Amino acid sequence: MAVAILKQADYLIASIQSDLSDTEVEELRDELTELVGVHRIRGIVIDVAALDVIDSFVTRALCAIVLSVRLRGAHTVIVGISPDVAIAMVQFRLNLEPLRVALDLDEATALLDGLTRGDHGDGR
Amino acid sequence: MAERLGFLRPDPTLIATAISEIARNIVVHAGRGEIVLEAVQERDRDGLRVVATDAGPGISDVPAALRDDYSARDGLGLGLPGARRLMDDFRLESDTATGTTVTMTKWRYRDELALARARRRHRD
Repeated sequence: MAVAILKQADYLIASIQSDLSDTEVEELRDELTELVGVHRIRGIVIDVAALDVIDSFVTRALCAIVLSVRLRGAHTVIVGISPDVAIAMVQFRLNLEPLRVALDLDEATALLDGLTRGDHGDGR
Repeated sequence: MAERLGFLRPDPTLIATAISEIARNIVVHAGRGEIVLEAVQERDRDGLRVVATDAGPGISDVPAALRDDYSARDGLGLGLPGARRLMDDFRLESDTATGTTVTMTKWRYRDELALARARRRHRD
């Protein structure tokens, strides 16, 4: 499967295993948005380490996932952006504003812990 | 191919990202096209040249398409200014009758390559 999704307490860890087609991207967005409600998920970590290239399409897809998941009350953190990919994204001048990132899974869950602690039901 | 030509990180990723962006443009706007990669040589530098052609609808306002705030069709930016920022040379030729050709090149100066080789020899 293109994406492996694991549940860890009330977080989801979504590991992208290979490049995703447009359809698979939409399916991932739909599945994550759905799962938030099914399992009362508070946070999602998306691991993009398997992606050698992150271009404007992938970036827009990640932003869409972040925003639709947020509308369901959960936060998203992206991990696994390699140094070269980070340099390319910055040089490309993609709009990275909606993306929250962390270096690895440990930092991501720590970040989510902080964000969800601050979520006193007001949804912000 | 970039690595074989002696490009050092992050250049292979920058080139791959630019190609990914241009390829997406072709698929979205023209349906099909052709991307040719070739190694080129000049007196003091080697390069990787990408020539992407399609027989699609063409870009009627080329200077506008190369501006950062341009977006065509369903609000998707053409990604052309981004691809241009990742490469060294960038040329865009387009008209509504024959289609679009993007020619972009990344250069590696030979004395820098010799320097990298010397560094590797020294390390071993």
